[in-house]
Amino acid sequence: MEKYFHVFSLGIQNTLVYRVNFLFRAAFGLVPLAGTLFLWRAIYAGKEPGAVLGGYTLAQMISYYLLVTVVDAVTAVAEDDWQIAADIKDGQVSQFLLKPMDYLGYRLCLYGSGRAIYTTMALIPVAIFILFQRQHFVLPTDSATLGVALLSVVLAGILQFFIAYTVALLAFWVLDVSTFIFIQFAFEYIASGHLFPLDILPAALHRLILLTPYPYLLYFPVGVYLGQIRGAALLQGLAMQVFWVLAAFGIARWMWSRGLRKYTAVGG
Amino acid sequence: MKATLETLRRYAGIYGALIRYSLIHEMQFKANFLLWILVEGLWFGLQLAFMTVLYGHTDSIAGWSRWEVVLLVGCNQFIQQLFHMLFVTNLSNLSELIRKGTLDLLFLQPVNTRFLISVKKFEIGNIANAFMGLAVVFYALWKLGRVPTVAQWTGFGVVCVAGLSVHYSLMFLLACIAFWTVRAQGIVWGYYNLFNIARLPAEAFPRGAYRAVFTWVLPMLLVSNVPAKLLANTLGSPLNLLPVLGMAVVCFIASELFWRLSLRHYTSASS
Repeated sequence: MEKYFHVFSLGIQNTLVYRVNFLFRAAFGLVPLAGTLFLWRAIYAGKEPGAVLGGYTLAQMISYYLLVTVVDAVTAVAEDDWQIAADIKDGQVSQFLLKPMDYLGYRLCLYGSGRAIYTTMALIPVAIFILFQRQHFVLPTDSATLGVALLSVVLAGILQFFIAYTVALLAFWVLDVSTFIFIQFAFEYIASGHLFPLDILPAALHRLILLTPYPYLLYFPVGVYLGQIRGAALLQGLAMQVFWVLAAFGIARWMWSRGLRKYTAVGG
Repeated sequence: MKATLETLRRYAGIYGALIRYSLIHEMQFKANFLLWILVEGLWFGLQLAFMTVLYGHTDSIAGWSRWEVVLLVGCNQFIQQLFHMLFVTNLSNLSELIRKGTLDLLFLQPVNTRFLISVKKFEIGNIANAFMGLAVVFYALWKLGRVPTVAQWTGFGVVCVAGLSVHYSLMFLLACIAFWTVRAQGIVWGYYNLFNIARLPAEAFPRGAYRAVFTWVLPMLLVSNVPAKLLANTLGSPLNLLPVLGMAVVCFIASELFWRLSLRHYTSASS
């Protein structure tokens, strides 16, 4: 276990180099966010004051997007999938077959350290942005809600990593995984609730999307925090989230063992 | 005059050769080529889906009807894909050229270096996506019951070129920051974020700092809005064409000045 702790601290040291890069990344990311918020304001401005659209008031809608930004900063994969694919293509994976270290565990530690640094840096611009919108930023109703929300953010992070890891493992079979990464990301972008809260969709479509793993990356943790998801729906959601974490882990393991049979250790 | 024509012919010949080379290179990876068209198509579909969801809850956003916004998203896609086809890959690559010192090689060619940096790789696949954008433009116009005049189509062509010039100049300017910082991939990524607001109706933004910056400093709210309004016949006076045309020239001059300044800062790497 201790060796993984070392990987984590090495990862911290390595990613610290990119701290300014992260800061810019987070700051630039606020430009389209502001655009989306203005768009929603314009929509609500065309309605009577205090209008509710798809179950959201303007304040709740803005809170939703602000929280999506926070959860995204904590959980999004940055370079991990590209690096994993590069490790496979360049034959770097070979050394992990010889060492008493699990590649998935190793990458998970690096992902964790990368997120720790990114979140710290992103905190600066995001906090300033939220400060400007503070009248719309709601706090959770009670500490239990906050606790469950935090738990589901952690699960979302793990699920996010497993999905990225699995897609990157396609590098065992194809020369260039970047198209697959982008295709996966397109589905994730819309079905995770990054673009809009999923419950403003028609009910049937909403229910259908809840069966996929994507809502449990953003929509679910944010909905729990906002108190939009409570009671039976909360328990059901948590169960689905745990199910998808386990399923994604299983698929990742299976892909890895299949992939190794194809692996040719280029350059090794 | 004759000398200028001669130069133009020479550059056209070089560009033709570059396109041919890009095409040969691309066709080595046919499956990948098709997958990229699919990826871009998916993201376009996503933007349209977002607008469809929004208009499920409202009839008008800042005075824009549903099909006017679809027209805007289509125009934006058209311009953006042409920009990808001609420039994006090349400009993204500039920081690598600087970091590895391969830029030296381009300096030695008997051709304008900025020209070579900007157009070396031609992304043929994006033509397909540009046509998807154009198809959506036609569909939205049909839904709106609009038949633009010949003058409006001509104007559309002109402002699309102006929009390309804005995108190209700004991204080139941003890419030149790599002369100072060396690692500048983050900057290119940043430009993608700016792209994202170009497809939103400018009127949705309240008059204030944000709208002013993205109209007069980084004119994202002009590049797609103006052509869309022109086709939808909501532009009003033709004088409203002037800002985007003016900004196209201003941005290009700014980028050329910054390029010259950056070159003085260039110290070749690894040679």
